[in-house]
Amino acid sequence: MIPAMTGQRHFHEELARLKAQLLEMSSLAEELVGRAMEALAARDVEMAEEVVQGDKAVDALEVAVDDACIHLLALQQPMARDLRLITMAMKISNDLERVGDHAVNIAEVVEHLAGQAAFAEFPEIDEMARLAREMLSDALDDFVRGDAAAARDVLKRDDRVDALHESLFRILLTHMMEDPRRIGPCMSLFLVSRNLERIADLATNIAEDVVFLVEGRNIKHGAFLGGE
Amino acid sequence: MDAQPLQRPRTPIPTAAPVPPAQQPGPAALPTAIEARDFSFWYGANQALNGISLVIPDRRVTAFIGPSGCGKSTFLRSINRMNELIPGTRHQGDVTLRGESVYRGEVDVVGLRRRIGMVFQKSNPFPKSIYDNVAYGPRVNGLARKRADLDELVETSLRSAALWDEVSDRLHTSALGLSGGQQQRLCIARALAAQPDVLLMDEPASALDPIATQKIEELIYGLKQQYTIVIVTHNMQQAARVSDFTAFFYMGSLVEMGRTDLLFTTPKEDRTEAYITGRFG
Repeated sequence: MIPAMTGQRHFHEELARLKAQLLEMSSLAEELVGRAMEALAARDVEMAEEVVQGDKAVDALEVAVDDACIHLLALQQPMARDLRLITMAMKISNDLERVGDHAVNIAEVVEHLAGQAAFAEFPEIDEMARLAREMLSDALDDFVRGDAAAARDVLKRDDRVDALHESLFRILLTHMMEDPRRIGPCMSLFLVSRNLERIADLATNIAEDVVFLVEGRNIKHGAFLGGE
Repeated sequence: MDAQPLQRPRTPIPTAAPVPPAQQPGPAALPTAIEARDFSFWYGANQALNGISLVIPDRRVTAFIGPSGCGKSTFLRSINRMNELIPGTRHQGDVTLRGESVYRGEVDVVGLRRRIGMVFQKSNPFPKSIYDNVAYGPRVNGLARKRADLDELVETSLRSAALWDEVSDRLHTSALGLSGGQQQRLCIARALAAQPDVLLMDEPASALDPIATQKIEELIYGLKQQYTIVIVTHNMQQAARVSDFTAFFYMGSLVEMGRTDLLFTTPKEDRTEAYITGRFG
């Protein structure tokens, strides 16, 4: 048998550390989304400000992950799955950073709605938030475990989020037509919905990256590849 | 009033999607230079190659990679029958060059080795002048009748090997005075002077420093316009850098051959994956 190459063990430890950093980043991003939704429900401006501050940690992690990836590429010249892991890690860190930004966008909506009583329940929004967070956390789990089948399941769930976004749009439209004083808060809620929909899209991107990592098959833009 | 015309020309929007890289053609879709069919090889009782079948495309660089003892060099030397110089060897199956078996009874082995030039790991210039090293093959083969023709052939060969500018003022000094990297390029020039069809390179840069290695790699890149090149290398990054196609050998068998860009990013076989990511053994 062939002896392991020098530095190989060190390299694998660094890959494990990279995965751990991404997991930390995704837990944090997911937590920010959860906290933003809590702040929204309670119209709690202080909690919203926590989200805005917390996003800086996600930004810092993005820089750290990108640095680690560039170092690994330059120093280890990875091949095959290792190469796919590192390049996908760079894309995923970028997507997670965007998730943090969307959480901040939701938190900023809280400031607009502060002091206004809720005029109706919108369970769709809560369901979207729950689905988007779940997709995100599952996509990252699948990334770490290298589970392409589970990642494909994440892709399917995006349709649910899109459908909720669309039905919420119709509901909010009805409210706005009924009472023009609700146009402001309805637009704010529509922004929340839009941000949640984007978060689910980013989770979808990550799940697609997981399929590429595991199978070496690019399934993005299905029409272009005539595949999925 | 007429609208102002756009200052910049409009970028045309493509109507058809481009072909994704993964669907572009593999080695079998190109004109073939060399083909092996179920080729096996023995050193005495030891079987070194196990039914190798592959196609080497014309005017491309094909790299053979694999761990020591995997058979990649043995297979390389089977292409120009260099292995026959070792007593007690035998083979089965066939290797063809442009459709004709190199193992046919009537094949002139010396002529075959002229058509299939070879460069070795350790540069081996003759203890002669730079000029005479390059002129040796053409003289022996009668490729140049007149002195002027020979001069021209020597210059062309040295230029092709990217050595001319460094040695043009000392052609008649000893080749042994050149640096390791220059000696290796001289050996390439010597191989080119015989006007070969195929160039086999067995670890051509493994004894060289990074700068000399880079020169050899650039040279290989340039030479593929004219020659079919097969290179054996231990250095996977080198294979990835210089070759169009890569074949991975393991324990005397061909595990996988395909486009280099695909083999190093998305190999099909687990053994290839394990080897190129250093997870073997």
